[in-house]
Amino acid sequence: MANEETPFQRIVGDFVADPVAVFGLVLLTIIMLIAIFAPLISPQNPYDLAQLDVMDSRLPPGTSSPTGGTFWLGTDDQGRDMLSAIFYGLRISLSVGVIATVIALAIGLALGLVAAYFGGRTETIIMRIADIQLSFPAILIALILLAVLGQGMFKIIAALVTVQWAYYARTVRSAALVEKRKEYIEAARCLALAPPRIVFRHLLPNCLPPLIVVATVQVAAAIALEATLSFLGLGLPITEPSLGLLIANGYQYLLSGKYWISFFPGVALLLTIVSINLVADQMRDVLNPRLQR
Amino acid sequence: MIQSADGALLRVEDLVKHFPVKKGLFGRSTGAVQAVDGISFELARGETLALVGESGCGKSTTGRLLLRLIEPTSGKVWFDGQELFALDAQALRAQRRSMQIIFQDPYGSLNPRMTVEQTLAEPLALYGLAAGRQKERGAELLGLVGLSAQHAQRYPHEFSGGQRQRIGIARALAVEPRLIVCDEPVSALDVSIQAQVINLLMDLQRRLELSYVFIAHDLAVVKHIATRVAVMYLGRIVEYAGKRELFARPRHPYTRALLSAIPVPRPGARRQRIILQGDVPSPIDPPSGCRFRTRCPYAQARCRVEDPPLIADDEHAVACHFWRDIAASPIDAPLAEAATIDLRLARLQEAFRERTPIG
Repeated sequence: MANEETPFQRIVGDFVADPVAVFGLVLLTIIMLIAIFAPLISPQNPYDLAQLDVMDSRLPPGTSSPTGGTFWLGTDDQGRDMLSAIFYGLRISLSVGVIATVIALAIGLALGLVAAYFGGRTETIIMRIADIQLSFPAILIALILLAVLGQGMFKIIAALVTVQWAYYARTVRSAALVEKRKEYIEAARCLALAPPRIVFRHLLPNCLPPLIVVATVQVAAAIALEATLSFLGLGLPITEPSLGLLIANGYQYLLSGKYWISFFPGVALLLTIVSINLVADQMRDVLNPRLQR
Repeated sequence: MIQSADGALLRVEDLVKHFPVKKGLFGRSTGAVQAVDGISFELARGETLALVGESGCGKSTTGRLLLRLIEPTSGKVWFDGQELFALDAQALRAQRRSMQIIFQDPYGSLNPRMTVEQTLAEPLALYGLAAGRQKERGAELLGLVGLSAQHAQRYPHEFSGGQRQRIGIARALAVEPRLIVCDEPVSALDVSIQAQVINLLMDLQRRLELSYVFIAHDLAVVKHIATRVAVMYLGRIVEYAGKRELFARPRHPYTRALLSAIPVPRPGARRQRIILQGDVPSPIDPPSGCRFRTRCPYAQARCRVEDPPLIADDEHAVACHFWRDIAASPIDAPLAEAATIDLRLARLQEAFRERTPIG
């Protein structure tokens, strides 16, 4: 057998060619590991009110704690260790972003493929709904939904999915329209393969590359949107803060010298979004058929 | 119309396909592209019918109508005695096994994310063929088209254009069809590869008793493979005859122009070329009367008014009011030279036949 590299090996090879992207990937991996193992590596459980002491509130970074540890990033106004709060906050922000993206991806993918493959009225209805949806600012739709639904993790995921499915539907449809006209689809139809098989076995795999790129970017967008909503007080309850809420929690102290309460969660959010975007950018280049050999 | 003996595998009667042109917000139908406008022909078992014409004359649309990949506006197609457009979904599915297609673009006709083996196994699995020995059958099919079994694990991007075309042929053969629509199968290939693929198709036709509808614009290729030729212009058949007859005594002025356009591979060759003026008229708004009259050097007043029917005479049908007069005119130049083309192609094929044993 000839030693040809598989498409996957080629993608990996192209990806590591850019050191900035590798840096982004490493950073993202570290952030994800922190998020996953937050309970094991955090000095304190910020959700456990018994461990908190109001006397420790608003201590600057580096203060040693009464239990013997050190508040490396200071504490907030409820006496929570900021480092632990950020670790747990990352966990919430990332999972909200990823779960919302996966659900929105599944919905958008199915609708976009159906629209492209069947065309006609089905396509018109689905794509016009997407157009209407996209003509409103995402934040506005999310705000209205959360105002109606109320707070909570699943409600915020529902809001993010509502805002984002249309991007996937559009991307998949445009990719599928191109692929659909190719003759291998006609060959499949000529063999009388069932439509679901044609759509999922033939059409879908060839529409995936642009979708992976959009999905990566949208994870970052979902995290940012969730942070915004939480900052505005419409996201998660203060007892289980995400990064956005941590930032909101400290912004009134920003000008009184207690910068750390908002600053460090802000840095964490920034690093997360930047690392995801670096990876997404490189994915776009690697998966762009026009840049391939 | 020419009536052949009974048992024609494929009979097409008055097939019409108009694509509506929609405009405006509510999709009002403002006209129709008359892609195929009332064509009839027959194809006997084991024969090859060539559909010839310029781009946009409706030959590919005809090919897809024959396979019911698109639905016709009107008309009938009988395949093996069954009326194709009357079949329900299930019967059509069964019938699809008997009719397959080979495409022009060898780069677009294979799913880039499936290995050759997967591509070939899919139709086998669908129709429950070669159950339990799909791998062996796949290798057999590859052998049939002159590829080796070790190609099975590769992806389409690892093959050349000619090899991909062979894989496309193998996929079509997987379901053991009786009719194959070849939609310009060699137009995208080098001349040397063209000869190989044409050889392969002819060889397979003999061995598997296939019938071909061969869509092409290259008359040199058509001359080699066809049994009969139908020349199409703007959705109509303008001339329909046996290959020898058509190449020796073309009747329609359009056919004569096409034949004179075959390049002659002989330096300093002198011949009379009939150069058509202008472009093909829009199929949305075809000319009145004879559709070819806008470009016909022999057009007269009658052509503007009266649409010439396709009338057969000695197994040679033509749609022209004045073909007898035109036949008497002195433009006979292309005929002698067409033989040279044939010779060239034959030599090329001979050369490749020795190098690539098939089967």
